[in-house]
Formats: sequence, C-alpha cells, structure tokens
Amino acid sequence: MNGLLSWTLWIPLGGALVLAFAPPAKHALIKGWAFLVSLGALGTSLAILANFDKSNGGFQLVEKHTWIRAFGASYHLGVDGISLWLIVLTTFLFPICVLASWNITKNPKMFFGLLLALETAILGVFFSLDLLLFYVFWEAMLVPMYFLIGYWGYERRVYAAVKFFLYTLLGGLLMLSGIVVLGFQARTAVGHFTFDYTVISHIALSHDIQRWLFLAFFAAFAIKIPLFPLHTWLPDAHTEAPTAGSMILAGVLLKLGGFGFLRYSLPLFPHAARVAVPYVVTLALIGIVYGAIVCAMQKDLKRLIAYSSISHLGFVVLGIFVFTIQGLQGGTLQMVSHGVSSGALFLLVGFLYDRRHTRQIDDFGGLAATTPLYAGLFLIVALSSLGLPGLNGFVGEFLVLVGSFARNRAWAVIAATGVILAALYLLWAYQRVFHGPVEIPENKTVPDLNARERLAILPLVAVIVLIGVWPKPFLERMEPALERVRARVVQNEPAQPAAALTNVGTGP
Amino acid sequence: MATPIIAWRAIAPELTLVGGGLLTLLIDAFRPRIRRDVLAALTLATVGLASWFTFDLHDKRSVSMQGMFAVDGVALFAKLILLSTCAMAVLISYHYLSRRRIHRGEYYPLLLFSTAGMTLLAAANDLLLVFLALEILSLALYVLAGFSRRDDASQESAMKYFLLGAFSSAFLLYGIAIMYGATNTTSISGISAVAAQANSRLMFTAMGLLAVGFCFKVAAVPFHMWTPDVYQGAPTSVTGFMAAGTKAAGFVALLRVFLVALGPLQWDWRPVLWIIAVLTMVVGSVIALTQTDMKRLLAYSSIAHAGYVLVAVVAASHEGTSAALFYLVVYAFMTLGAFAMIIASAPGGKERLSLSDWQGIGQRHPVFAGAMTLFLLSLAGIPPTAGFMGKFFVFSAAVQSGETGLVVVGVLTSAIAAFFYLRVIVAMWLQDPDPEAMPLGPTPALVAGLAVAAAVVIVIGVWPQGLIQLARNAGIFTG
Repeated sequence: MNGLLSWTLWIPLGGALVLAFAPPAKHALIKGWAFLVSLGALGTSLAILANFDKSNGGFQLVEKHTWIRAFGASYHLGVDGISLWLIVLTTFLFPICVLASWNITKNPKMFFGLLLALETAILGVFFSLDLLLFYVFWEAMLVPMYFLIGYWGYERRVYAAVKFFLYTLLGGLLMLSGIVVLGFQARTAVGHFTFDYTVISHIALSHDIQRWLFLAFFAAFAIKIPLFPLHTWLPDAHTEAPTAGSMILAGVLLKLGGFGFLRYSLPLFPHAARVAVPYVVTLALIGIVYGAIVCAMQKDLKRLIAYSSISHLGFVVLGIFVFTIQGLQGGTLQMVSHGVSSGALFLLVGFLYDRRHTRQIDDFGGLAATTPLYAGLFLIVALSSLGLPGLNGFVGEFLVLVGSFARNRAWAVIAATGVILAALYLLWAYQRVFHGPVEIPENKTVPDLNARERLAILPLVAVIVLIGVWPKPFLERMEPALERVRARVVQNEPAQPAAALTNVGTGP
Repeated sequence: MATPIIAWRAIAPELTLVGGGLLTLLIDAFRPRIRRDVLAALTLATVGLASWFTFDLHDKRSVSMQGMFAVDGVALFAKLILLSTCAMAVLISYHYLSRRRIHRGEYYPLLLFSTAGMTLLAAANDLLLVFLALEILSLALYVLAGFSRRDDASQESAMKYFLLGAFSSAFLLYGIAIMYGATNTTSISGISAVAAQANSRLMFTAMGLLAVGFCFKVAAVPFHMWTPDVYQGAPTSVTGFMAAGTKAAGFVALLRVFLVALGPLQWDWRPVLWIIAVLTMVVGSVIALTQTDMKRLLAYSSIAHAGYVLVAVVAASHEGTSAALFYLVVYAFMTLGAFAMIIASAPGGKERLSLSDWQGIGQRHPVFAGAMTLFLLSLAGIPPTAGFMGKFFVFSAAVQSGETGLVVVGVLTSAIAAFFYLRVIVAMWLQDPDPEAMPLGPTPALVAGLAVAAAVVIVIGVWPQGLIQLARNAGIFTG
C-alpha cells in the first residue's frame, strides 16, 4: 500500500496543528480529538503490520522523495523487522497516554498538541532511512518532551527537563558530527554526497574511521538508552515527568538507543562494534546490577520504576552486543516488553498519585484490601517486569541470557542476578504498598479504578500476557532483519565459531 | 590616465540607497512635521528599489570601476541579506522609536547610509574601498547607537563603539598600508597574484593587522569586548540591525580579503583563524551562560555565532563560502526576530530586558512566547529550524576541508549554548508569572516583521534546498 508510512507519521502532527486552532476552554473536545488522532495513527500502524512481509529481512513499504538535493538528503522512509514492533508499540502507547492524561487541567490544548507532535517525532526516528532526516526527528523530539516534563511535571520539573534536554542534545550533536563525516565517506565511496542509509550501509569504512564514528553514534545512543554511567538524567526525568511523559520516556524514548545500536552502530561499524564488546558489555552488566540495587533502596515508587529501567535496558544492551541471534531477538523483544510493562507501571503509579498525591512507598500499605482490582493488575504488571514465565518480561530476558551464555558464561551469570534482584525489589515494594494493615486513614477510602482507567490499563495487560504466552509472531517478524545485522557484524570475525553461536538452542 | 568609466548599472543599488537617504533627509529637513510613516514608507521603497536593482544584476556579473567594484555572486547575495536586514530594521523600529520618543527623521537616512556602506563593503574588490565602505557604515552606526540622546546607556554605547571602532579602523588601515608596501597594490586580485612572492614578513604583519580589524567588526574573540556594552546600550532596533547587518557585511569582506587576496597564503592564516574561531565559539557560549540581561545575552550569542561563521571561513573553500552566506541569512533573520521580540515585549516604553521580566510570559501570551521560543531554538540550532540547517551546512563544509576537530568544538559549544537559550525558554514557560506583569506591545509593523522572520526560520528549516542552491551558485568570487 502506498504512503502508509507517511500517513502514520504525519497524522499525529496534523492532529496537533488542528488542535492549535481549538478553543482552549473546551477540554473535552481537545481530549477527544487527541484520543481520536492517536487512534488513527494506531490504525495505520496496524495496517503496516498487516502489510508487513515476515519473511523479508529488508526494508518494506519504502517511500522516497527528494528533500534537500544539495546535501543528498531525501525523505526516505521504510520499516523492517527491527523497527516494526517499536512503531506499533509507539502508536499503541499514545492513545493510552491520552487516557492517562485525562485529568490535565493546566493548558490541555498545549499538552495534547505537544504529545501528538512528540509522537510524530518519535515515529520519524523509527521510519527514517536517511541519516539527516533521522537526525532532524531525533532532535526535534527533544522540544516537546522538554516541555512535557518542564511544564506539567512535578516539583523539580525544571531541573529534570533541562538536564534531560542537555544530556540528550550533547549526545545528539556528537552523533551529528559523525553523520556529517559519514556523508563524506559516502561521497568518497560512491561519488556523491548522500545520507541515504541504504547506500551508506554498503560502503566499507576503514577500521580507524569506524572507531571514531562508532564513538560519535555511541554517545547519542548510550545516553538515550541509558548506559551506566550516562544514566543520571533518567531518574530525574522519569520521576518529575507527568504520567504520560514518564510512559513515553520509559516506553519508547529509551528504546531509541537500542534501536540506534541495531540500525546504525552494528551494521555501519561492525569492526568497531566488535572491538567495543567487552567495554559495552561491562557497562551493561554494571547497569543491570547497579540499577537493581539502587531500586531496592528507593522510597519513591516512581523513582524505583525509573531505576528498574536502567537495569532492564542493561539486558537490552547485553543482548544486542553478544551478537547471537537469540541475544538480538531477546534484546529487541525486551525493548517491546519493557515498553509495555514500564508504561503500565508508570500508568498505575500515576493512578495512585491522582488519588493520594504522594508516591512515597511509606505512605501506603494494605491497599490490596481497599482497591483489589488495582492491586491485582499491579501484581500482574510487576510480575511481568520481574520476568515471571508466562508474561512478557520472561521471554526477552531469557533469550538474552541464553544468547549471552553461549558467548560468555560469566556475563550470563552476572546478568541473571539482575533478574533475582528484580524479584526482590519489586515484590518488596509491592508488599509494602499493598499488603499489611491499613495504617494511614486516607488509604481506607481510596477508590478503585474507574472505567477510563480500566480502558487504559487493560490493553497493556492483554499485551503483557499475549507476548508472554505467544511470542512467536513477534519473534518471527524480527528474525530476518536481525539475522542480517548479526551476519554483518560477525562477518570475518576471527576465532568465533559461528556454528556454535547459532545452535545454542539445540546443542549441548 | 583615461577618464574613469563609471559603471552606473553596477552601482545602481548603492546609488539608490544613498539617493533615497538624501531624499529622506531633505524631506525631513524642510518638512520637519511630516508624518514619520511617510519617511518609513519611503525608506522601505528605497530598499525595495535597491533590491530590485540588485536582483536584476544576477546575470550581469562583472568587475568594474578599475577593478574596485565587484558584482559577483557573493556580493549580490550579501546585498540581498543586507537589504532585507534594513527592511526588517525599519519594520521593527517604527513603533519602538515613537515609544521611546526618539522618532526623529534622521533615523531613516542614517539607516540607509549605513546599509549603503554595508553593500559597498560586500562588493569592495579593493582594500581602499573596503576601508571607505567600512567607514561609511560605521559612521552612520555610531550615530544610530547614540540615537537615544537622553539615555546615558545609549550615549555610552555610542562612545564606546566609536572609540573602539576607530581603533579597529586604524588597525585595518595600517594593515592595508603595509599590504600596499609589500605588494605595491591595493586591489584584491592584484594582491592575490603576487601574495606568494611578496616579502613574507610584511605580508604576515599586514595579514595580522587586517585580521584584527575584521575581527573587531564581526565581534570575534579576543576583539569582542565592545559587543555586549554596545548591544546593551544602543536602541534595541539599532542593535538588531547592527548585529545582523554588520556581521554579514564584515564577514563577506573578510571572506573576500582572506580567500581571494590572501588565498595563496591560506596555509598561513588558517591556523590563526582556527584559533580565533575556537576562542570565539567557546568564550561566546560560556560567558553567555552567566548573563541575565536579554540584550547582553543576545550579544554573547552573536559572538558565538560569529565563531560558527568563522568555522566556514576556515574551511576556505567554495562550500565554506556558500555555507557562510547561508548562515548569515539564517542568522540575520533569527537574531532580528529575537531582538524584535524584545521590542514587542515592551508596551509603555520599558522593555523587558532582565531575564526575570520574561517569567511566565508563556502562560499569559502563548503565541508571543511561542514565536520567541522558535527564534531561540533556531539560535540554539535545534531542528527543524533554519538555525540547524545553517549549522549543518557550516559543519559539513568544515568536514569537507578536513577540519573535523573544529566541528567537534562547534558541536560541543552548541550544547553549551543551548543551555542559555533554554534559560530564557524556562523563564518564559516554566516559571510563574509576575502578578504585576505588563501587557505586551506588539504593533502591526512589528507583527509583520516578526511574521516574516518566523516564516523564514521555519521554511528554511524544513525545506532549505532552494536557499542552499542559491548560496552555492552565489558562493563564487570573481575578479
């Protein structure tokens, strides 16, 4: 089908522009329109899913038009098995974000306008097959997110917003210098200046240049994902952002880092990626364990979830950088799973905050008796986040562990402690919030979830179960594209028995 | 010596500007009570006519007046930037001057004379004409900077600008004299022909003095000290004009002198300008972090931007020249936009100059704050705004010339610079409004100017192809 990607990409921004002319006082109209627009983008992204050929590892539904001829930059969109599920995840989370933000009373027109603009920018990053276009969306994303945190966030919102902006901008700018250099490398190789991914991914770069460019791109992606020790923006931004902002940050924005590794760092700079493995894996393992330990000490529920992201995204980085197909699949699936689970967790904490205006774990206790439905759903989501078999978190983490075990047992063992610690901190927090006697009087009268909130959370829980029991449709669509990435990054890799890597599932 | 042939057609834009300026001056002298909007309209008409003459020259490139006056792509492109700057300045000045009760008739002729000096500078193909043009533009600007006679700050600004400007002119003139001593010519093409064989000690001295003179004009570090004081004290509309116009004209002359006349010696001057570019970017961005006055903040921002243009100069290539031209267009519109916003922020004569005056404007006037945010994001170089495309063009030209290190410095300082632009955005949107905040004072002319600037910033940010192509076609020196 023609133009499906463009429709998905521009529907949200179009909706936002229409919203600019809406009467500011008509809150219901604004919210309804934002919900409708985000559903529209979800619809077209499901059409992308339906039209996606699962046996094809290349780019599909490609659209290409000239944009800036002088720079060899084009409006080039496409989707492959890596971006497919992240796109669906994005469009799936946004309507839920709209529902989660139903109670926004501070300038809702601007809030929903920025939210929709953010959706376009994020989708643009996933769709772009042109590095300049990719970069434009990458940076454009900062502005709406900055305002969402800074204008609608909690107490320390300004600090968090500025920190988020500067961290991400710095990484992005270093990547920009890398992109410019790549453009010139392309000119040397193919004779004309171009930023077309499909051209650039075929040129051979010298090892020296690969190392520099890998570092430039790595700065952007490692900050985004975030990798220890570049993670310090994350707890602040996630904690201070409004519920919808935290959901998007944890659900989608962090994944841009992992996506960047898979789409750019590994295929474009395979040699440098191989050289970087021990360093990156070490940082990822530190992140997994450190994030989990820090989680256990948090008093603020939202901050706890924020730190758990650092730990979970460590698995993603580990899976990507072990270069086995299980690891890659696990890492990619873990991105989708974490997007759903952490989105759901932030949503649930947001509901609780709406009721009690506090996020301190100590302010709760015994909520299971007053809000049984809420407690039950929270338990499912928490279990999915800690990787209980049968729910989504397990599949990705298990694949990552299998994939890394084949490469280096010690890595798998250290990573596995992250899973154990996750059970510890999540169940402990759950116990303190929901079990025990109700000691604080306000907790006796907390109402359970209303219809809107159920409508928001139930789709997430459904997906959590779906991925947990039937991951095949997800994995099989990723596999051809990830196999290409793996083949490219391990090509000519000395002293790595490729057969042993790919047969882990069946071999001894 | 034969009677000089005057290429009337080639100098038609300058003649129009000077003629229009004299006409406005005379009308004001004989009819002092004439409505100011007649003078403003006359000025705009003059600029329009000059633009038409300039545009009409696009296929008649030449070097005339005994090699002194170049009509080439760079000159024409720069003239169009300068004329748009002048037109924008008229639009943003009109109500500002009335409000501050300094709406005197001579403002418009001075603006036109200064613009004429700038366009001459852009076309000057001889060091003597470079000096003359620089003086024409500066003299008018000295007066304009002190236009608010009862305001001590404005007087101080004019005095400072005059003293330091005269100082820098002296450097320049001394450099020209030594250059003449070394090469026996003041013609740009003549110097270029013999630069490599000339006495290198004299050449280097001359080169250094010329660099100092130009760096003063474009506000490059360490010759930037005057900028914050002068920008702060001068009437805001003049500051905007000065920031955009002087920079554009100064850089075009600098490009012509260094790339063409001293082109053969580029391996000698590139390291020097490399260091100046790095210093300018770093000092401009870092000192801006501590500013709390909007005009001073924009002054340091203009210093940092001079650094980015210098990156394109150091690239020393056709691509670099094109990138510099492109950047100057973008810079002119975004910086004039930002200064226009400062003017628009003041209803009763008192502008919101302190950062704290901008607190909470976004909550009361979202459209106004939105436009200011757009200009600030563009100055910070965030896509999809023109500022990003300008930076990208400059950086890619520098990488092409092998100056990747310079690009990395540029990139890092951009991140620093983003912080101080963000401070304004934070104040506007994320801080609570002052309960006694005054209303805004936008007027039709100002809104028109702002709309043009905002449209340029967005359109070039999303679809820069046309302007890039234009800049590439124009980025060629002849003569």
